[in-house]
Amino acid sequence: MTEVHILSRQLHRSNRPRHLASFALVLPLFAFLVFSYGFPIGTMLWQAVSDKEVGIALPNTVAALASWDGKTLPDEKVFRALAADIKKARADETLAPAARRLNYDVSGFREVLFRTARRPPPANTASVKDYIIGIDSAWSNPNYWGAIRNAAGPASLYYLLSAIDLRTNPVGSIIAKPNDSSIFIDIFVRTFEMSLIVTLICVALGFPVAYLLTSLPARLAYPLLVLVLVPFWTSLLVRTAAWVVLLQNRGIVNHALIDLHILSEPTALIYNRLGVYVAMTHILLPYFILPLYSVMKGISPNYMRAAASLGARPIRAFIKVYLPQCASGITAGCLLVFTVAIGFYITPALVGGAADQMISYYIAFYTNTAANWGLACALSVWLLLATFVLYFLYGRLVGGVAGPVT
Amino acid sequence: MMSTLPRYIALAAVAAFVTSAASARDLTVVSWGGAVQKAQSTAFLEPFAQESKAPLRQASWEGGIGILRAKVQSGNADWDVVEVESDELAIGCEENLYEKLDWSKIGGKDIYFPQAVNPCGVGALLYSFVLAYDPAKVKDAPKNWADFYDLKKFPGKRALRSGPKLTLETALMADGVAPADVYKVLGTEEGVNRAFKKLDTIKPNIIWWQTGQKPVELLASGEVAMTGVFNGRITAAKKAGKVFNMVWNQSMFTWDSWVILKGSPNVDAAYKLLNYMSDASRQAKQMSMLANGTSNKQSIAMVDAKDAADLPSAPDNAAHAMEVSAQFWLDNFDKLSDRFTKWVAQ
Repeated sequence: MTEVHILSRQLHRSNRPRHLASFALVLPLFAFLVFSYGFPIGTMLWQAVSDKEVGIALPNTVAALASWDGKTLPDEKVFRALAADIKKARADETLAPAARRLNYDVSGFREVLFRTARRPPPANTASVKDYIIGIDSAWSNPNYWGAIRNAAGPASLYYLLSAIDLRTNPVGSIIAKPNDSSIFIDIFVRTFEMSLIVTLICVALGFPVAYLLTSLPARLAYPLLVLVLVPFWTSLLVRTAAWVVLLQNRGIVNHALIDLHILSEPTALIYNRLGVYVAMTHILLPYFILPLYSVMKGISPNYMRAAASLGARPIRAFIKVYLPQCASGITAGCLLVFTVAIGFYITPALVGGAADQMISYYIAFYTNTAANWGLACALSVWLLLATFVLYFLYGRLVGGVAGPVT
Repeated sequence: MMSTLPRYIALAAVAAFVTSAASARDLTVVSWGGAVQKAQSTAFLEPFAQESKAPLRQASWEGGIGILRAKVQSGNADWDVVEVESDELAIGCEENLYEKLDWSKIGGKDIYFPQAVNPCGVGALLYSFVLAYDPAKVKDAPKNWADFYDLKKFPGKRALRSGPKLTLETALMADGVAPADVYKVLGTEEGVNRAFKKLDTIKPNIIWWQTGQKPVELLASGEVAMTGVFNGRITAAKKAGKVFNMVWNQSMFTWDSWVILKGSPNVDAAYKLLNYMSDASRQAKQMSMLANGTSNKQSIAMVDAKDAADLPSAPDNAAHAMEVSAQFWLDNFDKLSDRFTKWVAQ
């Protein structure tokens, strides 16, 4: 027992330099991953819950509101804290970020805050409460105070809830947003629906192609395989732009349809859902064909022959014998296409209309144009979560199923 | 081996950091690309670089206060002078993203139009959102936004900018609101409902565009017969041989401004450039290439009558125009943008 123990220790010791060497070789890659994935994704996760602007600008107001019931009007003490905070925040230039944050929650809050800031109460004001409500009656509305309290920070679920159309009311319970501003559930549903349809089209078009590739002799199959691969290697932007040229009103497709007397005037093939489906399917098709092809390649023709010799008709043999062996390839292809599809941005932006944009478009919109990074990050977190769920499914469905029997 | 490799990596990282921090950056000027930047480059940027004998780097962008905030807050902004839209000017100034301008270094406030003077920025371009159409595609000439929304008189597709800004305004004017009252009406719940109700009437016939050159392409490809568009793009297309017309009635004008990003290491050079660009005759040169107004009061008198007629500030063009309200959009963009996103998908 002890000898074995010593031996294994010695073996371990003699192997250590090699372990360290291989670790050192992997180190650059590891550092690269930490810098290029770990750090940005960590920052993104933090941005989605970070909520510190109001706490920095209005610290005393936030503290004074801690004991507020959320229904009645706050008392004089809170109003005095607010007046003092606003004065200081304005001097420190921390008021603008806080106003921006509060305006996300209650539209118009920005202007209320700045209007109040422009008229600080005189030193001997008897009731600061009456004075401030006199400047803007919005201060008598508990919604505004609730927004301040819920933004106390330094972290909150505000953005994560917003990204799925929920908000916290002044009393502190989570409620659905009003109909006019509930947009993201619809967009997530749209994103998944569009990805699903593209996936189904890919199955319908990709399966026969993969089957053809496997059944042809190599002399014919390889040139065809190249036809699948060349678009796969071509820039996504180039392929999308090519569809704009083909599908536009005076494009080749419309011209051909008119020349063939199928149409009398050009029809809208682009800047709508149809255009997005066509372009996305074209881009994603190789992601379906290639995994399925590699699985089909491994299926021995003997099984079909055996089924036929046992009296199964071709269709029955195909469904009962061939298809089950392709299942892992179909699942892999579907999940791959679906996962890539839910993150699509450029293609719908170029060939889709305003109602065909997927969630990535809104992430870009809130990052650059609206500059609401918290919300952009929260949307990304939900999208990332969906991708993780899919990845998990992929592992279970593809990794769990034994490969084709050969 | 084990100890040297990480050490090399650390050394390389430090070396890269030190060299990037130590090398002085050239003055970097950022504008909106295309015809706009080409004119600015010819009139100001290239001659300035030659005369000052200092290299000048140009870049272009498509707007977005988020980009500027990211650059300034990260502490190593690689841009110095940027052309921003009016709402970006207001937000960025509030958020302290720009240098507060020292007007004595750029000729004093008095040489500029009052609308071109802001604590954080000096006017770069005056431009308008107009209705433009292809006369070959319409029977009568459209005269106002009411015509744009009239499917009986003008069947077929038309294009507008995706988003609530510059869209809701057209809907209200089409519905009979006077240009001067547009933002007052849009500030109320009923006004917003009214604008969306008007948009509903042409919704299936709208193609939404995102980038400035797109509406010109849509007109040229015959995808639409008319569109809302920024005037400079149409004048440029006309100079390139296209036959398009613009309707200045009920057009909406706004100023873009030059700002200096906070913490720029090239503040002195930036002021010299802004001062160089304030010169009236150089501005007139730009106006002859680009149909957008400029900041110096004297510049307009130096422009050819033919070119002047295409400017938003030409008396005929300005007579029935309104100014886009940066303040209104600052307060209401988030809410109306959500509402627009919801509406457009319904």
